[in-house]
Amino acid sequence: MSSKANILEKIKQNQPLSVSALPDLSFLGLENYENLDKYKTMLQSIGGDYVEVADYDGVIDFIKKNYNTEKRIITTLPELSQIASTNWTDDDPHSLKDVELTIVKAHFGVAENGSLWVTDDLMGQRIAVFIPQYLAIVVHKSNMVTTMHQAYNRIGNQEYKFGTFIAGPSKTADIEQSLVLGAHGARGLIVFLMD
Amino acid sequence: METKIIEHSKAAELFIKDEKRTDWHNETLWFVREKRDKAAFQIPDWELLRETASQIKNNVLSNMNQYLIDFEANAKNNGIIVHWAADADEHNKIVHSIMEKHGVSQMVKSKSMLTEECHLNEYLTEKGIDVIDSDLGERIVQLRKEAPSHIVLPAIHLKKADVSETFHKFLGTEKGNNDPKYLTEAARHHLRDTFLTRKIALTGVNFAIAETGEFVVCTNEGNADMGVHLADVHIACMGFEKIIPQRKHLAVFLRLLARSATGQPITTYSSHFKKPGEGKEIHLVIVDNGRSTQLGREDFRSSLKCIRCGACMNTCPVYRRSGGHSYHNAVAGPIGSILAPNLDMSKNADLPFASTLCGSCTNVCPVKIDIHVQLYKWRQKLVKEGYSPKSKTLMMKGMSAVLSNPVFFNLAGKMGRFVLEKMPGLVSNGLNPWYKQREMPAPPEESFREWYQKNSTASKDKNNEQ
Repeated sequence: MSSKANILEKIKQNQPLSVSALPDLSFLGLENYENLDKYKTMLQSIGGDYVEVADYDGVIDFIKKNYNTEKRIITTLPELSQIASTNWTDDDPHSLKDVELTIVKAHFGVAENGSLWVTDDLMGQRIAVFIPQYLAIVVHKSNMVTTMHQAYNRIGNQEYKFGTFIAGPSKTADIEQSLVLGAHGARGLIVFLMD
Repeated sequence: METKIIEHSKAAELFIKDEKRTDWHNETLWFVREKRDKAAFQIPDWELLRETASQIKNNVLSNMNQYLIDFEANAKNNGIIVHWAADADEHNKIVHSIMEKHGVSQMVKSKSMLTEECHLNEYLTEKGIDVIDSDLGERIVQLRKEAPSHIVLPAIHLKKADVSETFHKFLGTEKGNNDPKYLTEAARHHLRDTFLTRKIALTGVNFAIAETGEFVVCTNEGNADMGVHLADVHIACMGFEKIIPQRKHLAVFLRLLARSATGQPITTYSSHFKKPGEGKEIHLVIVDNGRSTQLGREDFRSSLKCIRCGACMNTCPVYRRSGGHSYHNAVAGPIGSILAPNLDMSKNADLPFASTLCGSCTNVCPVKIDIHVQLYKWRQKLVKEGYSPKSKTLMMKGMSAVLSNPVFFNLAGKMGRFVLEKMPGLVSNGLNPWYKQREMPAPPEESFREWYQKNSTASKDKNNEQ
């Protein structure tokens, strides 16, 4: 017998005789937050920051003022082509190693933990949100959910090859529990909260 | 790698010799426990969340066979290549064969306690494969040729001066610069080169979803994603108990995991791998290695509900004062002590005794495993099957002889009181384990039995008079 057949057979023999019921999830996630306010507080508590903008011009202004536009900036948003390149999505992922800032869009944010749901169709390349020195994510203020329960209700059966919740900048506390931002991924995360 | 195992109590004795460092270790882990409390108290339905997670996991255990069949079918449909390994050796061989097939001799690895359990690094190194652990804590202990001492905080036993010394030696950082920011930056540069040059990346798995055939990997550093998305081949290794039924159940576990582990509301990255990118491969190795046996042990099967948050270690008064290495097992602390005897009763017979049975582990467990009850049950089982730790066996035999014979018992009590009073030096010395860190009590003048005999006659007489 193959290992697979052996393992499955042994599991079948050893698992409890009757199947115990799955719990009802509808009593969870009833928190009553002001989603946007809670999102802002949580994002800052995990080392991220936000800027409120009316439209993409607001994003462009902020980036021009706060980032070195001489360095490599990439985006998947055609609205930002004035400040960032958009023709990199078919490049070798290793060639993105010198990217200073990546700007992408998120489907929605989660108030309870400050995270944002981003899937590969919004990333251009999977590595693009992990490899840059800094990451910026645009999300509409109306696209906020309260907890992870609403988040997965919203994701539902969404088709994606790869998706990730991003909550703040990359971080570590592996050296004597001292929190350091910028472990291997982005050193900083700025979220553009758009009207 | 066959190393001589030092019993937990002996290893703990060595650990606490440095009193200041023991206090520091204790306080550092308690600090993490406090962060967990703070995060948990912010969720009004925390207890309902734990109960729900526990019920989902109970359902998984009772329907494991079907969920695994569904998961494999869905994962294959997604283009993931699925392998099955009965034990550690088969797991290691599968991983190595994938590397051989691609003619690759270098691997970058993110955290996987399963590969620690299987001793994959040692196996691959013997085969001439260069393995680099990319989690900062794991990299630190790897450079020092140590094992992780905690499943979430692998280098929690080290001080920043230790890390500085290690990095100075291996990464050429400034001697004596103990700044965590500086040291982390050095590791960032060192590991960036690694990520950019590896063709194969290995990760663990936090959750695998039967319904969709996808799996989720959680990190704060981004090291799993950096490795995987720059490599051609992603190998993910999981114990079969990582299965959960549906995508929506992730909400429950992602809410609990990071809050229980470090007090964060969620890890920085919770990455969902469903299909490989174009021209890339995802291999998933599903491992048994004793888990199906544990599933058949009614008293201990719920240990397979564990989501590896480490909360039971951070709260454990014994773990905090003995350190992760004293448990001589990939998973230390209370949960490790109920998992390890299943793997090898003779090697791990000491571990269920490394507990005060205070129950704090059970109270913080996000999936409500009755850890302290299982520790107690393992003790019974180990003693019954003749595996009780050496240090306990002789004493237990002596105690049982004394306690089962009233004449011996009486005599032993008299001797004890006599010795304590007249010759305290006989017991108040280093040979008596009860004297360590304690003063011996003042002996009572008489035993309860003697007192009762005197007083019960007196009270009888009194009663008769009335």
